[in-house]
Amino acid sequence: MSPSDVAVQQQQSSAGKQRVVNDFSIQVATVNGSGSQTANLVLLRSLLLMGIPASGKNMFPSNIAGLPTWYTIRASKRGYVSRKKEVDFLVAMNPETAKEDVLTLDAGAAVVYDEPLKLKDLRDDLVFYPVPFDKLVGPVCPDAKLRRLVRNMIYDGVLAKLLGIDPALMDKALNKQLGKKAKAVALNAGALKAGWDYAEANFTKQDPFALEPMNETAGKILIEGNQAAAIGCMMAGVTVVAWYPITPSSSLCESLIGYMKKYRMDKATGKATFAIVQAEDEIASLGMVIGASWAGARSMTATAGPGISLMSEFTGLAYYAETPAVIFDVQRVGPSTGLPTRTAQGDLLSTAFLSHGDTKHLMLIPCSVEESYEMAIEAFDLAEQFQTPIFVMLDLDLGMNNWMSTPFKYPTKGINRGKMLTSDKLKELGATWGRYKDVEGDGIPYRTIPGDGMPSYFTRGSGHNAKAQYSERPDDYVDNMDRLARKFETARKAVPAPVIEKVPGAKIGIIAYGTTHWAITESRDQLREETDVKSSYYRLRAYPFNESLNEFIDAHERLYIVEQNRDAQMRQLMKLELTPERCAKLRSVLHYSGLPIDARSVSDDILAQEGFDVAKKTVHVTADAGGGMTGGE
Amino acid sequence: MAGKLNRIGLEPVIYKGSKTTLCAGCGHNAISERIIDAFFEMGIDPQQVVKLSGIGCSSKSPAYFLGTSHGFNAVHGRMPSVGTGAMLANKKLIAIGISGDGDTGAIGIGQFVHLMRRNIPIIYIIEDNGCYGLTKGQFSPTADLGSKLKTGVVNDLPPIDTCALAVELGATFVARSFSGDKKQLLSILKAALAHRGTVMIDVISPCVTFNDHEGSTKSYSYVKDHDDPLEEVSFVPFFEDINVDYEPGTTQEVTMHDGSKLLLKKLEEGYDPTDKIGAMKRLHETARRGEFATGIIYIEPDRDDFLEQLNVVDEPLATLPLDRVRPGPEALEEIMEGLR
Repeated sequence: MSPSDVAVQQQQSSAGKQRVVNDFSIQVATVNGSGSQTANLVLLRSLLLMGIPASGKNMFPSNIAGLPTWYTIRASKRGYVSRKKEVDFLVAMNPETAKEDVLTLDAGAAVVYDEPLKLKDLRDDLVFYPVPFDKLVGPVCPDAKLRRLVRNMIYDGVLAKLLGIDPALMDKALNKQLGKKAKAVALNAGALKAGWDYAEANFTKQDPFALEPMNETAGKILIEGNQAAAIGCMMAGVTVVAWYPITPSSSLCESLIGYMKKYRMDKATGKATFAIVQAEDEIASLGMVIGASWAGARSMTATAGPGISLMSEFTGLAYYAETPAVIFDVQRVGPSTGLPTRTAQGDLLSTAFLSHGDTKHLMLIPCSVEESYEMAIEAFDLAEQFQTPIFVMLDLDLGMNNWMSTPFKYPTKGINRGKMLTSDKLKELGATWGRYKDVEGDGIPYRTIPGDGMPSYFTRGSGHNAKAQYSERPDDYVDNMDRLARKFETARKAVPAPVIEKVPGAKIGIIAYGTTHWAITESRDQLREETDVKSSYYRLRAYPFNESLNEFIDAHERLYIVEQNRDAQMRQLMKLELTPERCAKLRSVLHYSGLPIDARSVSDDILAQEGFDVAKKTVHVTADAGGGMTGGE
Repeated sequence: MAGKLNRIGLEPVIYKGSKTTLCAGCGHNAISERIIDAFFEMGIDPQQVVKLSGIGCSSKSPAYFLGTSHGFNAVHGRMPSVGTGAMLANKKLIAIGISGDGDTGAIGIGQFVHLMRRNIPIIYIIEDNGCYGLTKGQFSPTADLGSKLKTGVVNDLPPIDTCALAVELGATFVARSFSGDKKQLLSILKAALAHRGTVMIDVISPCVTFNDHEGSTKSYSYVKDHDDPLEEVSFVPFFEDINVDYEPGTTQEVTMHDGSKLLLKKLEEGYDPTDKIGAMKRLHETARRGEFATGIIYIEPDRDDFLEQLNVVDEPLATLPLDRVRPGPEALEEIMEGLR
């Protein structure tokens, strides 16, 4: 079915009544491999060039060509960038899905469609604009082989006319998208014009949706989260990268390769200041990262859930041998092999305790492309500072979709290589250096690397004492495990702190993380504006949790933890640390359809749990709203 | 050799490791001793050496040699990736990896295959006894067809010939030896240290506890009786000014990466270890006779190693200063401009 999860028509028709300016969503339904991505990005760029805050989300199949794909562009004058639940303007190009795509629209929506699909008789509460794409593409694209790719550009021309996009701006967007390919630019410009001309000659505007210039995007960039993280890795000074292709993480390493080849070749010698290896699998990827980090390189890999599973054993070794490693997990729907092109926040529990025995790992959770960049840099510092694997938890929505952002800032700090033993430090310690000795009481020992002239040690996953000697003594094992726990507590204060917004008088608090943030931003406005429900907000940015979590929970009557997984994974992690009294205040809002979470669903779920009649937006349960309603585990 | 210093002024004792915990008479201990000799005689700085291993009896042995070098006992079968990472981080290191026949041929076969393909500079030694010693004697993938366990169980699967596999996959130095053949093993190890690229040495190393009985094809007596040396291996390091005289046509001379010379005296049947197809043929023929071809099986002394292919800078990546690994603000500005 169409990735609009609105199953029932509930909204009353207001077609043509009132103009809806810069606040609607456009969904383009095509077949993958048909070149629609270019047309979609040109459309998105056109909105941004008009100064309108906009976002694009690609809902694509695990396939190279021939299966349905949907691209949703949202224009939002208020700057909301999460997925909009309702589709307002549909472009139906795919015969396979057209009928269902149309049937699931809300009344009042508009549809541009390929004329032979004959959709207009399906509904009488929509606005239809039939376009004969095949007839239009012939004259503008004499080469029959290219027509399949060029015909999609025609709908951009049609939309420009219907929605009010300046054709000159759209040409500019096209040039930006296609760059130096002059021939392709000319062909596609012809298609844009053909669409515009057809719409001008044949359509009278009947729908309420319109775009008008704003000034909200000046200086902004458009970038995918994976690409942003790659830039961060380069700026962090990564030197060894080992990876194995897996959706949705591949583009992280691929864009990193591009940047490194451009900016990290030694000027004097023309040689690379890095080594990037496509490994034979994820196990080998992490093995190489661990070997490289052990030998002193800043090293990383990127993967998705199935790769995380494969990395389990090595992660445990790195935890216990205390080897730095930076691992990006661009999360997708599970289980193996799951739905590789759908998004989720489903790897938190498995990653937090990845491997056997007692292990726990540090996770950084960016919500934006900017944080993907910044946390990538920070991850390398933390990995060396704490001599342990750091997991940077992106998701498909963040990693593979285009996001508008303010440009990234150049790092102001140098790099922190953590406790590397120096000859001065060795003198200070006297003869007492031990690889796993806790010198400062923070659980973090001093390390040496091969070839640095400092004392050597034997690295092993099996039992060892503070001097890295083989030991099966119970006291040695306990001492070591306790020190590792101490190190984890030190890290609690060092990982990115939450972003907290306390609202005076708010009885409920919302806790969320990662890309869910964008739905929360919008949902909190909906709650306040529609039902006068005030909410505070605690955005988690890392695991382990900050101590401020307790205080935030204490300050509110009910806490809604909003997550994109079925099992309330972050809530489960919290329950391991919180007192029973605090646990009792926690509730869940869970979204796990594979589509990015939307604000409407969050608001409706919270309102229902708060005792509201969601349809009427009124309270139907009084007094102590809530107790024991939906959304538990 | 006690008291004698090598060419970098170190005593033999520096090259020793901790006391072995393997069984008395274990072939692996003899291999450790030859490694100590080879590194001492070649004058290798132990500070520059990394010892790597997987899991099993073999993989415990890096603790028993070169006690002042860094060591990494990795997870089962995955040492090749750890070694690869270490060499990527610091190309100045000298890496020696010790694996076993189970660690390589079973759980680690995938990483073994890709290590051989890449020609990463690592000396990879399989201490091959045809069984899992540490879990009490189960067959490994190198156990020969028809070989018998102590319990009477007969192996009915064909063995993996790790040397044939390594030659096929592109390793540039492939040898087989026997832990009991001191002279041959030492020469091969010294030559290995002179080679740049992946060195794969399968050393048959009988398990005295679980696989040294009548009916085993990896027992001391069976291997002694079925050892078929391909050539007589001698090695002249680059720093020793020795002229070896030999009659023309009797000996093949191979010049190694560092200028050392490998001298291979032909035995009754002529053998050319630079001929890949000939090497494969000879391995198959010897195996069909139930024998072990030992010596230098294949050598390609001048192929680029993986680090040269990757075109990495001459200095170790691990210790490049910040100004060489973080592009300037103008680079970030250029990237941002391109995204506007």
